[in-house]
Amino acid sequence: MSIELKDVSKHFGRVPAVENISITVPEGELIALLGPSGSGKTTVLRLIAGLESPESGGIFVRGAQVNGLPVQKRNIGFVFQSYALFKHMTVLGNIAFGLKIKKWSSVRIQARVQDLTALLDLHGLLERYPHQLSGGQRQRVAIGRALAPGPDVLLMDEPFAAVDAQIRLELRQWLVRVHRELKLTILFVTHDQEEAMEVADRIIIFSKGRVEQIGTPQEVYEKPSNEFVARFVGVMNVLELEVRDGVARREELEFPAHGLADGQKMRIGFRPYAVQVSANPAAYRYQAVLSHTYFLGVMLRLEMELPSGLILRSRISKEDYARLGLADGHTVSFQIRFYRILSKEDEPLGAEVATAYEVPPHLGEGI
Amino acid sequence: MKARADTISSAPANPVRRPGRDSVHWVLISVAMLFAAVFLVLPLLNVFAQALAAGLGPYWRALADPDTLSAIRLTLIIAGLCVPLNAVFGVVASWAIAKFEFRGKAILLTLIDLPFSISPVVAGLLFVLLFGVNGLLGHWLQGHHVRILFALPGMVLATIFVTFPYVARELIPIMRSQGREQEEAALTLGAGGWKTFWHVTLPSVKWGLFYGIVLCNARAMGEFGAVSVVSGHIAGQTDTLPLRVEKLYNEFDPVAPFAVATLLALLAVATMLLKALLEWKTRHES
Repeated sequence: MSIELKDVSKHFGRVPAVENISITVPEGELIALLGPSGSGKTTVLRLIAGLESPESGGIFVRGAQVNGLPVQKRNIGFVFQSYALFKHMTVLGNIAFGLKIKKWSSVRIQARVQDLTALLDLHGLLERYPHQLSGGQRQRVAIGRALAPGPDVLLMDEPFAAVDAQIRLELRQWLVRVHRELKLTILFVTHDQEEAMEVADRIIIFSKGRVEQIGTPQEVYEKPSNEFVARFVGVMNVLELEVRDGVARREELEFPAHGLADGQKMRIGFRPYAVQVSANPAAYRYQAVLSHTYFLGVMLRLEMELPSGLILRSRISKEDYARLGLADGHTVSFQIRFYRILSKEDEPLGAEVATAYEVPPHLGEGI
Repeated sequence: MKARADTISSAPANPVRRPGRDSVHWVLISVAMLFAAVFLVLPLLNVFAQALAAGLGPYWRALADPDTLSAIRLTLIIAGLCVPLNAVFGVVASWAIAKFEFRGKAILLTLIDLPFSISPVVAGLLFVLLFGVNGLLGHWLQGHHVRILFALPGMVLATIFVTFPYVARELIPIMRSQGREQEEAALTLGAGGWKTFWHVTLPSVKWGLFYGIVLCNARAMGEFGAVSVVSGHIAGQTDTLPLRVEKLYNEFDPVAPFAVATLLALLAVATMLLKALLEWKTRHES
């Protein structure tokens, strides 16, 4: 294990920032700490680096407890959200700082800087000062500075939050490449679930100072351990159902009661891709008006308004959308192919349930 | 379509500067300039005019007077002791105040400002009450043959007191605005507390520090009130430049007080130039 936290707690005043957190990060993985702002993600990074000290619990790096160890002895690379480059030093000065502190010879420093210049594509920038660099360049210098002394792990706080959308995409790809090349354990904080899904080997999901779930992007997307995760990762339709006459209902939608008695409630959730749409109003059981289409790229998101006013979201490929001849204002029919019971009278998250659905001859799979 | 064409064509006819603004503009600028000229520049020029009225010979003779040379030496010694001490104190205090939370921070901030709000003469009297023959420590000091009042130590203490806030007041806002992240970055890169301070904290505030030192130095060399109370005015021994100017002026010498005053005036001009340069530097760096 590269990093391990055991029952770690930290409060700021009376506000709990992190409560009884236990995490293990295997050597060489690229891990995302994902959660809404104020959920304690950054505090976890700062605890690992030693910039904060926990009230209780143990922090281990490569098997050794580091609780009492000062920051400068932990050998951990840290990339700050605002980069925190040394303003009065050139790019070279910034990258070489950690090496000079370690009293490397100038020959070794030069060689190391050259390696990093190639890795980070900083050619021709070494003599510049931070204020002469673009956001993406500063970001790469900050990463280079953190990598230079050869840290055991690299911690990154919202590494891509402060750069333009286009550069952010490039930086993500670049991070994955660098991680593959260096085989370094990297832990990065993000509030952007798309970023976490795209980049990370595994995701640790936080909310209110607690770990909600740890898993691969596929696991947290397909098997969320609770409603918070289900709603935070990806888009989800969530319905609260009430059982009447042995059937769980919400407006015109009906689902099996799953053993609940009349008057009892349950919450269910389903991803947009579970909602299958047909342009033929008679193809499926439920009808709705296509109220708005969001063009997301290859996939489109459909917002449908049911006669009762209930709004559901579906997802469809651009090709299918064109083939079916859909347009805003059209009446469509749909079915819900599978859903997940989120909570049943305070029971924890249940398994996924497939509904009995039909595959119309003209549509097939793919939505 | 027509409406839009109208707005476009009417734009040049509707001037950006409102009528009347120009005259107000110029009146205000002229008043400010005139005020500065009459009250600041003219007296300064007058000092030089009076000092050189009898030619360069008497001017140099006035400056070469042994008592004046002693006053120059004493002023340099006092500034040479006070400025480094206050620079160190200012850096330490501003670092503590800007970067850490601790009990008594508000009290420390208020204390740093105290010399600004106390009349220098009162500040001098405080030291008389403390170290004078009838003062709190006076008896004990006399018993041990330690001279503080009417000697260099008293004058240095009074000057330190008066120039206490300059460096700290200059550095606190700069350090606050820079936050702790650069220092935290240095720590994660393996630098300990002292290395972080020398290689990261201090260089990033260096121009602000110079600026504070320049102001502190100007005040230390020009201080009159507090030093006057504790000096005892012993010619050739405890007269600083400002005290020497006063003494010569009271002796109705037509040239000497102005000649000595030109030294202080030149110090002021040099300070202003340095101040302008350093202000430009600090703005440029941040």
